Amino acid sequence: MVEVKNGKKILTTPISAEDLEGIHVGDIVYLNGSMTTCRDVAHRRLVEEHRELPVDVKDAAIFHAGPIIRPLPNDQFEMVSIGPTTSMRMEKFEKEFVEQTGVRVIIGKGGMGPNTEYACKNFKAIHCVFPAGCAVVAATHVERIVEAQWRDLGMPETLWHCDVKELGPLIVSIDPDGRNLFEENKVTFNERKDKALEEIYPQVSFIK
Amino acid sequence: MQTTNQEHENQKAAGARKAKHEQSKIEGGHMMNREEQVEKLTTYIAHFTDYIGKHLPDDVRAKISELAEAETNPLAKSIYETMNLNQRLASELNRPSCQDTGVIQFWVKCGTKFPLIDDLEALLKEAVVRATVDAPLRHNSVETFDEYNTGKNVGKGTPTVFWDIVPNSDQCEIYVYMAGGGCTLPGKAMVLMPGAGYEGVAKFVLDVMTSYGLNACPPLLVGVGVATSVETAALLSKKALMRPIGSHNENERAAKMEALLEKGINDIGLGPQGMGGKASVMGVNIENTARHPSAIGVAVNVGCWSHRRGHIIFDKDLNYTITTHSEVSL
Repeated sequence: MVEVKNGKKILTTPISAEDLEGIHVGDIVYLNGSMTTCRDVAHRRLVEEHRELPVDVKDAAIFHAGPIIRPLPNDQFEMVSIGPTTSMRMEKFEKEFVEQTGVRVIIGKGGMGPNTEYACKNFKAIHCVFPAGCAVVAATHVERIVEAQWRDLGMPETLWHCDVKELGPLIVSIDPDGRNLFEENKVTFNERKDKALEEIYPQVSFIK
Repeated sequence: MQTTNQEHENQKAAGARKAKHEQSKIEGGHMMNREEQVEKLTTYIAHFTDYIGKHLPDDVRAKISELAEAETNPLAKSIYETMNLNQRLASELNRPSCQDTGVIQFWVKCGTKFPLIDDLEALLKEAVVRATVDAPLRHNSVETFDEYNTGKNVGKGTPTVFWDIVPNSDQCEIYVYMAGGGCTLPGKAMVLMPGAGYEGVAKFVLDVMTSYGLNACPPLLVGVGVATSVETAALLSKKALMRPIGSHNENERAAKMEALLEKGINDIGLGPQGMGGKASVMGVNIENTARHPSAIGVAVNVGCWSHRRGHIIFDKDLNYTITTHSEVSL
């Protein structure tokens, strides 16, 4: 479901392909509902080891994140700090991951590449950036930890399945049309870099 | 602006000196024995490690505020606002401000006459175990080849301890550094042929900025090492990140290169999170040594905006001075 509340565009799980229509790179959205942390080894297990993901993330969100968790009595957990990790590490697996799981929202940090662009365009999903290093802000939007799966992977890599409320700001970096904000920015950044280097070179010819 | 920062740093340093925490060697009416001294130093390091994961150093806070104020891009401004809110919440809720609390690194400059020099490496390890539970810190030590997480942030060779031995001193200076995976990934070193010159050094640094740098949580602090080989340059590039923002290399040309690189990288306009904005970096610090005539070793290490480093100096009686964070007692 998608709604606009107090000027905020909020996606609530389950999220359909239609809910993502009209969302473009650079937009800011917020998330309500089911979010599961999922990073390096979990992607590898699904795609390379062909193991079924123990949490159903269809029409829901995954977060490329390894949180700090405080264990509580009775197998309960407290979310202390949670923020995104570098999404590009999951690029190698993301096309197959989206195809096989039906996940709609991928939250992470930095850009992703052509595999994820393909997945977002063809399977209707988005990749968003949550401002990294802002892990306490994100943790305060986690209402509870529903379950913890694949705990053998240790604290950062466990699948922490969470219930979130207005998790954001989530800045859309790949949209359902496959547009990629980071790749578009990179072209500009590289042009500016070449210009900057031309200005630096004549001033650092210290070896004569 | 850099002059102002330097003055600001000087004032902070003066404040820190005034706030030196005097701890008598005589406590509860008796001289501390060695075990008690080890326990005391362990507790201080554990608390300091915990503290720096929740509060940014003064120079980083000042620089981030300055960059946020100068920002005009609306998306970048809103990211700076979230960053600001996060640091406030981290302090109020007493939580690590970033979930990636790194593999803890200690840069130790220890006098040969510091009374606890023999105990230092073991007690730093113990301090990390304690901080892991107390802060809490994320479990970030994965044994290589066996590929399992120790769950304690210590393992073979972790925490990392770099030693500088200072002859005829009874003090011990320790930098505590928490670098997450994101700002560790761009790390790169190579040996250039002299024909590449300092032009090659500039290109090497800027190429890292537009590839891995933009994912490493800008605005970054960029550390550059210039020496002979990969390991000498790499070590210097990490050391450069310990220097305060706004400080300059004492060599005039190296300082000029710091300023040129800072302007050049800022002109790329990475912005916070690499999503575009006015600035890209908090600063560029270069550390250098002499080199072999046939080689220019160059390395880059970056610190993310959440540059969690702390600097503490102990005297022989374990009185301590903290230069990076004002108004803190352990």
